[in-house]
Amino acid sequence: MAMVERQEKREQGRDRRRFLLDAARTACGVALFGVGLGLYGHRAAEANPPHALRPPGALPERRFLAACLRCGQCVRACPYHTLRLARPEEPVATGTPYFVAREIPCELCENRPCIRSCPSGALAPTLTDIYQARMGLAVLIDHETCLNFLGLRCDVCYRSCPLLDRAITLDAEHNRRSGKHTLFLPVVHSKYCTGCGKCEKACVLDRAAIKVVPRGLAKGELGHHYRLGWEEKAKAGHSLIPEQLDLPDRLPDLLPSSLAEGKP
Amino acid sequence: MSRAISSAEQVAARRGWLGRHGWLLWRRITQLAVLACFLAGPWAGVWLLRGDMAASRLLDAVPLTDPLVILQSLAAGHLPGTTALVGVVIVSGFYLLVGGRSYCAWVCPVNMVTDLAAWIRRRLGIEDGARLARACRYWLLALVLGLAAATHTVIWELVNPVTMVSRGLLFGMGAGWWLVVAVFCLDLLVAGRGWCGHLCPVGGCFSVLGLASPLRVRAAGRHRCTNCQACFTVCPEPQVIGPALRGASAGRSPVITSPNCTNCGRCIDVCPERVFAFGSRFAAPQPETESNSIRMEELRR
Repeated sequence: MAMVERQEKREQGRDRRRFLLDAARTACGVALFGVGLGLYGHRAAEANPPHALRPPGALPERRFLAACLRCGQCVRACPYHTLRLARPEEPVATGTPYFVAREIPCELCENRPCIRSCPSGALAPTLTDIYQARMGLAVLIDHETCLNFLGLRCDVCYRSCPLLDRAITLDAEHNRRSGKHTLFLPVVHSKYCTGCGKCEKACVLDRAAIKVVPRGLAKGELGHHYRLGWEEKAKAGHSLIPEQLDLPDRLPDLLPSSLAEGKP
Repeated sequence: MSRAISSAEQVAARRGWLGRHGWLLWRRITQLAVLACFLAGPWAGVWLLRGDMAASRLLDAVPLTDPLVILQSLAAGHLPGTTALVGVVIVSGFYLLVGGRSYCAWVCPVNMVTDLAAWIRRRLGIEDGARLARACRYWLLALVLGLAAATHTVIWELVNPVTMVSRGLLFGMGAGWWLVVAVFCLDLLVAGRGWCGHLCPVGGCFSVLGLASPLRVRAAGRHRCTNCQACFTVCPEPQVIGPALRGASAGRSPVITSPNCTNCGRCIDVCPERVFAFGSRFAAPQPETESNSIRMEELRR
């Protein structure tokens, strides 16, 4: 009787051990896989490659990766075949839409077909004015090869901009090389630039001197406590600090008189 | 193996090739038709289904969305737009009725890859392999949702073979082919029915969805069963058959109630005694007392 009981107990113990072992094996395998997938997912989320621009209205990158269903309906909706879906080997999160400005830029359709086709809200339907899109920011990144910086009147980026004279302006500056001409330097204004990429596409160089990159890469950020004195003054209608005493300019007497007169 | 062959010969003696492959043929037609509906757009400009198997629009009107993708998005902290939510209600409603894993057998393009691997395994008589727990898929399902919450991304879609294949065929496969090869090799060489039967969390999600679905395979003629094993040999989830087929003495229902059954109908095709048939979970006499506990048991397994 006791022997039978002992036998049963031993079998129960073996079953329990096997069950625990199997459960541990499964949990271990799944956890290992989870570590790999988690790291891979994290890297994909942080990748932010400079050439890959999101479609208009895309939520900020972190929220976009939580919202985009990777269905490609925006790609199908785009009449210019601008958008494409990232393949597994590309540095962009697999299946998410992006475009490369130098290949096919965004044409800023006013009826926003890509946004209206998005089922998930990853391309925010609140973006009703396409010119409010902020897909990236153009940066004239190479001053050494830009033809306008070399003194020519190329102006192609300036002229191709859909927001001519707002997103890109030409600032006149003295050409110190020739001593008698003017440089017309293209300047991008982030307040207006949609990041459509038409300037980068149009740049006549073999490799564009002006490039559109994700805004986070291009933009600096002032300390939040910074105030621009002239703006505050304009807002208040007067200077916020008491008018300063304007003392007469003169040099201390102890300096040699030759220096005070500006002679060598 | 010899038993399987002899049973196959038995069926062959009674029915022609079509009779033995009827449901399989319908399944392949359906799978290819779904793909054709997607491909007709980019290939011929006829937009029947626009999008891919993660989310799409039928005839540019009816939204369809994969439930697991939406669950990941929710876990990642995004409330999807109305269109996506309507799509997931439509898809979930459909599979609640026809059985969650009908998706696996009738729609999913990976099924053709893993079925091919299983067929080669049977033909070559490869029987050994790694022992994986069938419950792995639920662990992976939980893991995927947990990681989606932790990384704030729809993380499974980075590697999900199911959407990767449909997306790849429609938008360019790239290195996605290697994933297909990996799944094929896993099923052929590492573990029989490894992907669809043990690991795939998309299938796991659809299993949960199909817990109570009314459309089921019934072992209505189980008194005719000769124990030839033909159904067990071809079934992608053979553990689901036993309780229904052999549970008569225990008073169990002849309905295959396990949510892991993919409603593929292979058992119906191959059974020489025509034991199985599609039917409803509710019709005919059924001692329902134990069915719930069996179902939970299957789920756990």
